[in-house]
Amino acid sequence: MKKYDVVTTISYPKKGAMGKTGSWRVFRPILDKTKCVKCLRCWIYCPEGTIIRNKDDTVDIDYEYCKGCGICANVCKVKAITMEREAKKK
Amino acid sequence: MTVMIDTGNYIAAKAAVMARPAVVPAYPITPQTTLVEGIANYVKTGEFKGEYICVESEHSAMCACIGASAAGVRTFTGTSSHGLLLMHEMLHWAALARLPIVMCNINRVVGPGWNIWTDENDSISQRDTGWIQFYCSSNQEIFDTVIQSFKLAENKKVLLPVMINYNAFILSHTSMPVYIPEQKEIDDFLQKYKPQWKLDVNNPITFGNIILPADYEKIRKDMQNSQENTKKLIPEIAKEWKKKFGRYHGDLIEEYKCDGADHILLAMGAIGSESKVSINNLRKEGLKIGLARVRTFRPFPNEEILKLGKQADLIVIDRNISIGSEGALFSEVKASLYGKLDTKVHGFIAGLGGKDVTYNDIETICKKVVEGKAKDCEWYGFEGGGK
Repeated sequence: MKKYDVVTTISYPKKGAMGKTGSWRVFRPILDKTKCVKCLRCWIYCPEGTIIRNKDDTVDIDYEYCKGCGICANVCKVKAITMEREAKKK
Repeated sequence: MTVMIDTGNYIAAKAAVMARPAVVPAYPITPQTTLVEGIANYVKTGEFKGEYICVESEHSAMCACIGASAAGVRTFTGTSSHGLLLMHEMLHWAALARLPIVMCNINRVVGPGWNIWTDENDSISQRDTGWIQFYCSSNQEIFDTVIQSFKLAENKKVLLPVMINYNAFILSHTSMPVYIPEQKEIDDFLQKYKPQWKLDVNNPITFGNIILPADYEKIRKDMQNSQENTKKLIPEIAKEWKKKFGRYHGDLIEEYKCDGADHILLAMGAIGSESKVSINNLRKEGLKIGLARVRTFRPFPNEEILKLGKQADLIVIDRNISIGSEGALFSEVKASLYGKLDTKVHGFIAGLGGKDVTYNDIETICKKVVEGKAKDCEWYGFEGGGK
């Protein structure tokens, strides 16, 4: 598809434009839903949009694209998210 | 049409404002200062209705140009010497992002030693950034080239930024009479800029993102194709300007008395116009000599120079030096002929650091070549005591 008269880098928003970035993850965020107070700080701070906000303001994590940066765990006021190593050391 | 008698910088400011850019980011540097000062004055008088942004550095000036141009509006700025060098990273970005920014660069010496006079090492060192480079030889040419450059840059076969170079003080601070068309005539010649894409919150897109090797080379190749396209478009636009306004400064080169010449002098910028006096004098003395003033260093006029090389031996004056090699124009002139002709080419380095290159000097250079006394490459009038 030729959209423009010249060649340059332009990309359109698309889920997973760079592939399944979840495979980059070293640490996996684990959410303890019993501790969550629905403050949504993790949803606000996640730089990748991989915190899924449900209708009742509970959250889930999209592990297909979460790169495991740990920001959500850092900003969580009630320590409901912990980071765990993906593969156990041999 | 009116006649305005003013300096190169104020003329460039007038041209820029008449092109109706929406954004002018500005950071002053000698000898460019009066250019951005001139535009600031048009803000005060209401003639410039765009956004004038006082930025904190030249790097920021070019960043602001990139942002504005990506948002889909016409953008202009000016700089010089160390300012241009501070922009270097962003010059590459502007070209690779295919943004039709137009900028005046007033050719000034690079320090140290600290020196505000003219030579062309500042812009020559930006040769490989992808920008189109014009070198002007009069204030009228500055005015006409600024307007024409927007038309060239914004052409869908080009979409590359343009740098209009002119010599510090010799042009930037010297008054000359310049014909100024009516605003309506400029508007007819230069239509409103219609971007093919733009930064738009309702239609979000990402610019300049990550790209893999196989795709990256397509971008470089396309830039090369676009520069090639300008070789046809620069003459077309110059022709249209001539038809509308009766003025013409040449295409990629300006030929002067080349008919029947067995020696042709090549030079850029103000030395190019000074040379016309020399050519007239030498012709009177019976020398068969002509001038080809190189107007565009990028794209480089290879075909034109090859044509001249078939007819005459070439003499090149460079007001720049690629340290460790030779004058940049000298190198590229020879490259244009390589493998096709055995034409003799003589190179001279002259006028570095703003040293005067008068018509007498140019005549001396030409005579030395014609009389067979010139080396392949030499520094004209070097006073350092060495060779």
